[in-house]
Amino acid sequence: MKLESVNENTLLISLGDEICDEVAQRVRQVLDGIRGELAPFVIDLVPSYTSILLSFDLRRVDRLGMFSRLQALIQRLEQAEASLEDAREVVVPVYYGEEVALDMAEICQHLGLSADEVIALHSSVSYRVYAIGFSPGFAFLGNTDPRLSMPRKSTPRLKVPRGSLGIADNQTAIYPSVTPGGWQLIGRTPAQMIDWNSRSLALMEVGDRVRFEPVSRQEYLSLGGQFDEL
Amino acid sequence: MSFEVINPGILSLLQDDGRFGYQHLGVTTGGPLDEHAFVWANHILGNAPGTAQLEITYGLLQLRCLADTCIALTGADLGARINGEPLAPWCTRRVRKGDEIAFATPITGLRAYLAVLGGFQAEARLGSCATVFREGLGGVAGDGAKLKVGDILRFEPSRTAIDARVPGWAIPDYDSPLELGVMPGYQHDEFDIVQRTKFFSASYKVSQNMDRMGYRLSGDAIQPRRNGIISEGIAFGAIQIPSDGQPIVLLRDRQTIGGYPKIGCISALGAAQLAQRGPGARVRFRPMDVSEAEAQRMIFNHNFGL
Repeated sequence: MKLESVNENTLLISLGDEICDEVAQRVRQVLDGIRGELAPFVIDLVPSYTSILLSFDLRRVDRLGMFSRLQALIQRLEQAEASLEDAREVVVPVYYGEEVALDMAEICQHLGLSADEVIALHSSVSYRVYAIGFSPGFAFLGNTDPRLSMPRKSTPRLKVPRGSLGIADNQTAIYPSVTPGGWQLIGRTPAQMIDWNSRSLALMEVGDRVRFEPVSRQEYLSLGGQFDEL
Repeated sequence: MSFEVINPGILSLLQDDGRFGYQHLGVTTGGPLDEHAFVWANHILGNAPGTAQLEITYGLLQLRCLADTCIALTGADLGARINGEPLAPWCTRRVRKGDEIAFATPITGLRAYLAVLGGFQAEARLGSCATVFREGLGGVAGDGAKLKVGDILRFEPSRTAIDARVPGWAIPDYDSPLELGVMPGYQHDEFDIVQRTKFFSASYKVSQNMDRMGYRLSGDAIQPRRNGIISEGIAFGAIQIPSDGQPIVLLRDRQTIGGYPKIGCISALGAAQLAQRGPGARVRFRPMDVSEAEAQRMIFNHNFGL
């Protein structure tokens, strides 16, 4: 664990050097700890693969005060290692049909797999939410099966349809809104990733587990899925 | 009871102090690029800190007053006039129903802040009306749009006369050479001594690519030891060094996480000064200890009773 100031009211908490499930779990544990115990001092938290960026309210606490509170909290969490609970699992319905899996042909050709094999490999793993960013609610999930490792598209799309599910390298992600994007599209979910009018706001959070459940075209449509989300 | 937008100008945005507490979902903060000018405008009107104002970039905004109130104008001098008479920045001014406020183009600085007594009223999205176009959040209608012709900026009318001005010592000279303190942090130690020395001795120029997300500078290229890092949270004022070596200072509308190495951060008050510089302006950097930035901020907050 490393704690450093990056500006007058922001600290970076580093919890590991590599992208892996264990570090992601630590990030979530420390995140929950900060929310539970230090919330009055905190303005914003940005958890990511191996770190948490924390900005604090200088009107309530100074830098050294924030440092020592965090150090104490993290030390306590490290000692309570045994009580690591695993996060909840979010199940996301996905339609992998050809109308929405815009890059499936390219993926199959590149990987030497059939579409059914790609779908089976993609939907048989429980992923971890490593980070959320790029755009609101865009969740980076890993790791995908090594056999699904695909480079990003050489020319990104200017508009990726909302709900699109993409793969790139050893990660997978859902586009929560229409944005440009270079991930290889493998399917689409009818689920809403973000809804600013709901109480939970986002379907998933950093540290959650996620599993994809293949649905038929009919199920996709009855769950509110569309084919013209641009 | 309101102002009506006759001409929105180049980029006029409703901004409060920002949208906080949602960065973990990838939602940026927005808020005023020049916090110094923003805080003073609310302060001389006696508004609560963080009250919503207009951030007017470059100028050409024209407003018609549909009710009496008192305004404060701070930040850049954009050649503002009221009914054709000059409207000086850094002070308050009573306005009456029927008055017309018109901004020209920058005389000094780049962004003006127009506050109204009691603040502009707009529906908050995720607790804030700060306008972020990219995310479709904030602004007059809550959809992230910048001001447009016919927009109505609502406020509570008032006949209260406030005659206040910002003291001379607090009025920055936006044309003076800018030297910004940089707190070493993030991947600072990974840049070798030659690159760090280059960074702190070079003079950079603000490029055409400067917006609310970030200021791209041009000058001596800094060679990072790595082209990419594991994506991590980006603090306000962080200086990112992409593979072309040209620094980018990240500001209010920055992405929440990113994978480029960073050589350090400027302070929020430093960023306020940078945000008043346009393309071609010169910027230098000097190393600064975090405790210096912290002390400056504490003094700033103390002046406003924060």
